[in-house]
Amino acid sequence: MTASPPAATVKDNREKLLERAMSRYQYSGDALIEVLHTAQELYGFLPPALLKTIAHKLRLPASRVLGVASFYHFFSLQPKAAHTFVVCLGTACYVAGALGLVEALDRSGAKPGSSGAKNDVSVQTARCIGACGLAPALIYDGVVHARATPQLIKAELERIGVK
Amino acid sequence: MTFEELCGKQTEEVERQQALKNRIMCCTAAGCLSCGADGLRQAISAEIAAQGRQADVELCGSGCMGMCSRGPLVLSAACNRLYGNVAPADAAALVSADPAATETLADRAIDLDSPFFSKQTRIVLANSGHVDPEKLADYIAAGGYQSLGKALTAMSPRDVVEEVKKSGLRGRGGAGYPTGLKWELVMKQIPQVKYVVCNADEGDPGAFMDRSVLEGDPHRVLEGMAIAGFAVGAQQGFIYVRGEYGLAIQRLQTAIKQAEREHLLGARILDSGFQFRIDLRVGAGAFVCGEETALIASIEGKRGEPRQRPPYPPESGLWGAPTLINNVETFANIPPIVQNGGDWFASVGTASSKGTKVFALAGKIVNTGLIEVPMGTTLRTILFDIGGGIPEGKFKAAQTGGPSGGCIPEQFLDTPVDYESLVTIGSIMGSGGLIVMDDKSCMVDVARFFMEFCMDESCGKCIPCRAGTVQMHDILHRMTRGDATEDDIEMLETLSGLLRETSLCGLGQTAPNPVMSTLKYFRDEYEAHIRERRCPAGLCQMESQLEEAMA
Repeated sequence: MTASPPAATVKDNREKLLERAMSRYQYSGDALIEVLHTAQELYGFLPPALLKTIAHKLRLPASRVLGVASFYHFFSLQPKAAHTFVVCLGTACYVAGALGLVEALDRSGAKPGSSGAKNDVSVQTARCIGACGLAPALIYDGVVHARATPQLIKAELERIGVK
Repeated sequence: MTFEELCGKQTEEVERQQALKNRIMCCTAAGCLSCGADGLRQAISAEIAAQGRQADVELCGSGCMGMCSRGPLVLSAACNRLYGNVAPADAAALVSADPAATETLADRAIDLDSPFFSKQTRIVLANSGHVDPEKLADYIAAGGYQSLGKALTAMSPRDVVEEVKKSGLRGRGGAGYPTGLKWELVMKQIPQVKYVVCNADEGDPGAFMDRSVLEGDPHRVLEGMAIAGFAVGAQQGFIYVRGEYGLAIQRLQTAIKQAEREHLLGARILDSGFQFRIDLRVGAGAFVCGEETALIASIEGKRGEPRQRPPYPPESGLWGAPTLINNVETFANIPPIVQNGGDWFASVGTASSKGTKVFALAGKIVNTGLIEVPMGTTLRTILFDIGGGIPEGKFKAAQTGGPSGGCIPEQFLDTPVDYESLVTIGSIMGSGGLIVMDDKSCMVDVARFFMEFCMDESCGKCIPCRAGTVQMHDILHRMTRGDATEDDIEMLETLSGLLRETSLCGLGQTAPNPVMSTLKYFRDEYEAHIRERRCPAGLCQMESQLEEAMA
């Protein structure tokens, strides 16, 4: 969710926190996924240089680290936008009309898997967030909205100034 | 803590709770949280303070109460009434000692004798809604960790395995392998180092049973795993939980810490010689990791790709050691089995499928939510008595088993739900997602939806799955666009057989199931899409690109 801030002081701190996470797992290669989770939490995404550092520290081939990072949907190799919409496309939400939500975002120029105009909005689809009783569900900036409607999306987009 | 101290603690906590005038349970499962349960909880808490009743009224969070469609839910223990759609403004009435004050809430009271509750049998969810998942004392008061104590003090590992075998419990992850046999296999392995793994990578779209159990009663799963560790001779357990389940992860972390502090996990459990640690592993969004060999690879920090079986995990699993892998719901069934005996458990259910099954009801149904019914209950009872029927329109199909399952049409509504019966009608039990579709759902589109899912989630290791799902999706997509020809149905059938026979793991082998079952029961819809270029449900756009190109 967080875009990488430019301040150098913050960056130093993050390196230290990542180092601490790796040392907690005794720099074991088996803990690669846990380390990547921590790295993404700290940096927001996983740039190539960061992956190389992790590979070096865990004594793994860089190909293995990139292989794992690109295998799992959760890890993002690109920076994320300021606002994220996640539309749940699980079966229950699909049956309840989740495609209408994707279309509403589509009309505003934000397509699934892409970042919209000026990198303000990124739209993702999820494979069931487990809130099936509340279909269709939408996660907007980390908050789950139950029974979301295209109108809600339109209002939110207008609020953050995306037309 | 010793076993005696545990029993003492239970009595103490039960007495404390009985001395209270009221306990207000506020559902804090993910469903209710997203309808504002957090704000409601704060409002009630503030109200208790405002009325100065901290001494005799207690506010607790609780696990899923089942009726997610009416959230946020609040249970008032003093009058044993459940209220739905509660707003922060109702806090005063809930806290008040005057019974007349709750009159304003009367119209939102949920009848606890309605079929939704009376037709359920709760074993796995017994504590859900009655126990605060973030308080260990609450779980202990409800008889928690007694089964572990019983196993450690009065039973041998072999006794425990025999009891589980006698219960007839079968794996709740979907395949239904007898749990007792699996435990025995791992117990008999010679190596000293063994592992117990809990599969909480609940990936089926439309399924949220495991999440609800982990959020609502995490200690139950920990206790089940510890008993398993004792039975098979393992000292280390892992819970592999989906990265998407933030709340479940948080509750599990809390629960593990609490249990370790009281010596219910870790070294010298309940002052015995048995030690068992549980660590969490958080998944990173790969559906295929629900497959056991892929899950093992993922815990080892690798790409979650399945491998050839045999050897099966009970022989060679995590880091090559014998590994017991069971689903969340399976582990949650263990403490009551040890406590009440295998025969008790076997008295519920059908001849081949014992016990209960938790289902997540979703889709076009009045009471969406979480339910638990004895095995052998008919779909009609589940959908129309418990589920309350279809809000508008006509029932068309019920989908079980997610992308590995099938669509069950109306003529099979009276089929008893157990492992075998569902297979004979072309679906599977699966992990327990039950999605209801009405006449506005197009079955070809549903098949396309699941195929798209499998196509995206295929790990790419074996070719039948990697290439086959793309081909099948292509054909289905053509059908929903109105570009398909007669040959396409035959091609779909050929590909279905190929994927089923030659894929490496369950994902590819079962990927054709939704197509096969819809082709079997709703062939007329496929034919309408092809011959008349018409979608009977009126859903598919039928924007033929072929015709455009020709024009």
